[in-house]
Amino acid sequence: MSGKHTLIDLSPREATAAREIALRYGNKPDALLEILHDLQEHLGFIPEASLPALAKALNLSRAEVHGVVTFYHDFKREPQGRHVIKVCRAEACQSMKGNELAAMIERYLQVKLGQTTADGAITVEAVYCLGNCALSPAIMVDDKLVGRVDAAKFEKIVAECRT
Amino acid sequence: MTKIYVPRDSAARSVGADEVAAELAKIDGVEIIRNGSRGLLWLEPMIEVETPQGRIAYGPVEASDVDSLKAADFLTGGGHKLRLGNIEDHPYLKNQERLTFARCGITDPVSVADYVKHGGFEGLRKALGLSGADIVAEVTQSGLRGRGGAGFPTGIKWKTVHDAKAEQKYICCNADEGDSGTFADRMVMEGDPLMLIEGMTIAGLAVGASKGYVYIRSEYPDAIATMKEAIAVAVAADWLGATIQGTDKSFHLEVRRGAGAYICGEETAMLESLEGKRGTVRPKPPIPALEGLFGKPTVINNVLSFAAVPFIMAKGGAVYRNYGMGRSLGTLPFQLAGNIKQGGLVEKAFGVTLRQLVEDFGGGTFSGKPIRAIQVGGPLGSYIPASQLDMPMDYETFAAAQAMVGHGGLVVFDETVDMAAQARFAMEFCAIESCGKCTPCRIGSTRGVEVIDRIVAGVERESNLELLSDLCQTMTDGSLCAMGGLTPMPVMSAIRHFPEDFDKPAQLAAE
Repeated sequence: MSGKHTLIDLSPREATAAREIALRYGNKPDALLEILHDLQEHLGFIPEASLPALAKALNLSRAEVHGVVTFYHDFKREPQGRHVIKVCRAEACQSMKGNELAAMIERYLQVKLGQTTADGAITVEAVYCLGNCALSPAIMVDDKLVGRVDAAKFEKIVAECRT
Repeated sequence: MTKIYVPRDSAARSVGADEVAAELAKIDGVEIIRNGSRGLLWLEPMIEVETPQGRIAYGPVEASDVDSLKAADFLTGGGHKLRLGNIEDHPYLKNQERLTFARCGITDPVSVADYVKHGGFEGLRKALGLSGADIVAEVTQSGLRGRGGAGFPTGIKWKTVHDAKAEQKYICCNADEGDSGTFADRMVMEGDPLMLIEGMTIAGLAVGASKGYVYIRSEYPDAIATMKEAIAVAVAADWLGATIQGTDKSFHLEVRRGAGAYICGEETAMLESLEGKRGTVRPKPPIPALEGLFGKPTVINNVLSFAAVPFIMAKGGAVYRNYGMGRSLGTLPFQLAGNIKQGGLVEKAFGVTLRQLVEDFGGGTFSGKPIRAIQVGGPLGSYIPASQLDMPMDYETFAAAQAMVGHGGLVVFDETVDMAAQARFAMEFCAIESCGKCTPCRIGSTRGVEVIDRIVAGVERESNLELLSDLCQTMTDGSLCAMGGLTPMPVMSAIRHFPEDFDKPAQLAAE
């Protein structure tokens, strides 16, 4: 999730990327989620400008593509921070003071879950279960799972994200 | 060369296994093997050194412990404060009945040779010589019921697909393991993925399906990568693809990523998602066994259901059904999670009690405080009070107690838990994750949060409790799927067993 993203880019770059990735999946409409994942890895988010190109390549309506992009929590329609930290809010982590951890994280980064820090380094978001329920509380830093998270561990992770 | 095993399981990695492996790799004369996890997760990263006395384990190891391990001659199994001895003798493992997890943590997950050496592909080898009907009969005989939570007999499902007439049929593995407190599917995919491939291939042979999909949640990047790797090695070794092992049988398998929607663990929503659509629930009938993926007859099973099949085919359904009690036959990999001292994976025959799991295996709470409640079966499962710890894990016993075994996840809470907050969260979670297709779930969950807030605030408590109960009944009766239909389980169980938590202002007044 740490891919580079464009700022304001009205060039057909998004459309080209969308077409190339769709072609990699044989322009099959059932591969739409895979295509969107790849596109997001490539561009950092799913820009509006890529939707018509995707719809055309997959022979879907733009509404259908829009519907899928907006249904799934993973797909972001705006640029994210350079790193994404997912904080587990589900029951197993709650039983291990996960709510306190989430509150601490919000205070420490001075953002709410779902927001990006002012320096653009980190987006934090809520997630419901990372499958690390015997080593709660858990977070995921980009694609790396971290267990038994406490304030010290978290501060170290943030420092690494900011370098 | 001395072999050292360092798990590649993401739980082990989450507490530093990669760093430990990197440090160990600097030692001359050692070969590092990244195995799956044995499931003693509180001891991760747990390393094992191959010695003439067996595999000697040390854990939990940090990278900074490697120097002192070297000083203690750990390569020959030397004494050290982290030494756990021969891991096979550890009571946590020794007292389990590992049929599905027999290999996990022992082998290199993506080595076909290792897999075969430890009994892998015996079931498939046998199945290649049988008719589809014979395979279905063996699975039916085993008494295996769907491990995803619903507990539907696997053999009956397979028979329906077997008997359906169609040019194309599909096998879909539901690996959208979204329930909090569960990680057994993840451990299979990261620790013994070839077993899942074998189980799905057997299912393909049984019902006449040549194509399968594994739908894995995106929160599991390691599982996705390992499954893809395992599929590639299985194809290369001719255990998957066209003309499996020189026969005329073929089966093709593809991994598909979810995208962060809990509802896609519901089988029909998963089918929609696999077709590239919004993950909304389909009304049933038609059942997926007749009209499933792309409208074709489809077997949908959980990871653990498919993973149980290689054993059943290799050893026989009669052996498998010797485990368990009543109509809950075989074993279930239980997952001890949350506020627990010795969290991890415990595979036992059905009939083991909650107390045996959380006290004997789990060692009680992590915090050391008394257990107050255990949520069994994920976010849609009931909260069970400490007074019911002697209940045996059995589908029917749990159903009679208005609870469910589900996918075998146990989330332990100590006495500090606020059960009204947990009930509220159940409704909130449903509101966040509802697919929006049916009204009781979409609207009911939001109203549920509001009503619980009023109860807790002491606003017309009696009538609001009645309203909540009525709302829950509507959700149970009127929802299209288990999301809205079972959300009342945690809510009502919290009210039933912990009414005092819904009566706070009165409590304060009494103090």
